[in-house]
Amino acid sequence: MSTYSDEHKLFLKKFKKNKLIVNISRIAILLIFLVGWEIFAKYKLINTFLTSCPSEIINTTISLIKDGSLFNHIGITLYEIFITFIVSFTLSMLIATLMWIVPTFSKIIDPYLTVLNSLPKVALGPLIIIWAGSGSKSIILMGLLISIFVTTINIYSGFSSTDNKYIILLKSFGANRLKVFFKVVIPSNISNIISALKVNISMDYIGVVMGELLVSKIGLGYLIMYGSSVFHIDLVITSVFILCLLSYIMYFLVELLEKHFKKNIA
Amino acid sequence: MSKNKVILSIKNLNKIYHDLNGELLAIENINLDVFDKEFVSIVGPSGCGKSTILSILAGIDKEYSGELLYDDTLSIGYMLQTDSLFPWKTILDNCLVGLEVKKELTEESKAYVIELLKKYGLEEFIDKYPNNLSGGMRQRVALIRTLALKPDILLLDEPLSALDSQTRLSIGNDIFQIIKNEGKTAIMVTHDLGEALSTSDRIVVLTKRPGTVKKNYEVDFNGVNDPKERRKDKMFSKYQAEIWRDLDVNI
Repeated sequence: MSTYSDEHKLFLKKFKKNKLIVNISRIAILLIFLVGWEIFAKYKLINTFLTSCPSEIINTTISLIKDGSLFNHIGITLYEIFITFIVSFTLSMLIATLMWIVPTFSKIIDPYLTVLNSLPKVALGPLIIIWAGSGSKSIILMGLLISIFVTTINIYSGFSSTDNKYIILLKSFGANRLKVFFKVVIPSNISNIISALKVNISMDYIGVVMGELLVSKIGLGYLIMYGSSVFHIDLVITSVFILCLLSYIMYFLVELLEKHFKKNIA
Repeated sequence: MSKNKVILSIKNLNKIYHDLNGELLAIENINLDVFDKEFVSIVGPSGCGKSTILSILAGIDKEYSGELLYDDTLSIGYMLQTDSLFPWKTILDNCLVGLEVKKELTEESKAYVIELLKKYGLEEFIDKYPNNLSGGMRQRVALIRTLALKPDILLLDEPLSALDSQTRLSIGNDIFQIIKNEGKTAIMVTHDLGEALSTSDRIVVLTKRPGTVKKNYEVDFNGVNDPKERRKDKMFSKYQAEIWRDLDVNI
């Protein structure tokens, strides 16, 4: 470790300095935004009834924690995201696999996938309520509809761009399509699958919160809906902040997963 | 060279490619006998169907007309233009891929592969990944992956074309020596006449598309088989000029 050349030490120093600048700037932006917001609110430069303010957000959060409902809402939302993720990702993998192994099948369903993918799923909201009621079931269904098509398309496009030379090699050993799939297509697509997984999680998140906005009686989306209907803006903005925090945590976890995978494979 | 017995016989081989715009006769009426332990090169103008013949022989392309006569017990190994090593597998695991697919992976066959790797100077790379190897070494690994299945006939599809010219010469030598050492029959497709001349017992010249056999050259350097020595031989350029004329390349 101590035998690096001066040049390399300089490089490391530069790298660290750059990282520090990035991190400090990130935190500074957030702080300036929050502090500015609070000051504007304090001197009545903005109407806190419409915009709320950081101190109110903290108060609201504390009271939500005290009456025990906060973790209940977060828990329900996370649970719905989790179920949506498991079902949606499994189904997407299965469909994409079938599409690759049976090319005719992929040709047949291609237009359906394209149309369903670009269809604004919110338009199905009323139908979903009628079919699946107003509970978790319809929220998960909404999440599924929003995430499954785009994930399937992503995974399949990775599969179909597998380097042909590997496929020919396996064929020269007499491998059938199923074998080619497991020996070549899957291992050469690990990073594609992980990026599809990332897209899938954020789509599940969007879908579930959207579903909650439409139908639910519990969850963070419900909290936003309820807050706005009684003009309790503090509650709305608090919920939005918690959603931000959750998406950051999820991003962080997926990042961790990606690193773990890459280390074990490469 | 004294002729061994014929181990592979191609009779009236035709191949037509179809697409919506029509059909294309790629090769027409190819007849070729390959003798045991012979090194045959197939040369011809580009697009004459050289590689098509190999992919038919390798069993990758199953749509053709004509006959391929060989013993059922004969096994055929195919070495592609690119090394196609899996970047996610170690050198050893890459060499075992064929055995895995054919369900022939045993302690014994694995030991054989390790022995080959040791024999041909790749021992220290057994647990390394392909990105640690030079292009020439990767090509040697690809050859060992093919040899792992103990093929009687090796099909080489421009095995050196992905290498730079300097590596080509030395790896060309290596690969030739390995094939001779292991006592294999080889059919090589190449567009490099020098490569064909320095390695082969016989050179088959194909015509322009649709490819058919134009001429068979028995290449004899008075018993000299070493590629480097052959390249220095005065007969080398004589053969080269003669075959070049036959190739009829209009530039």
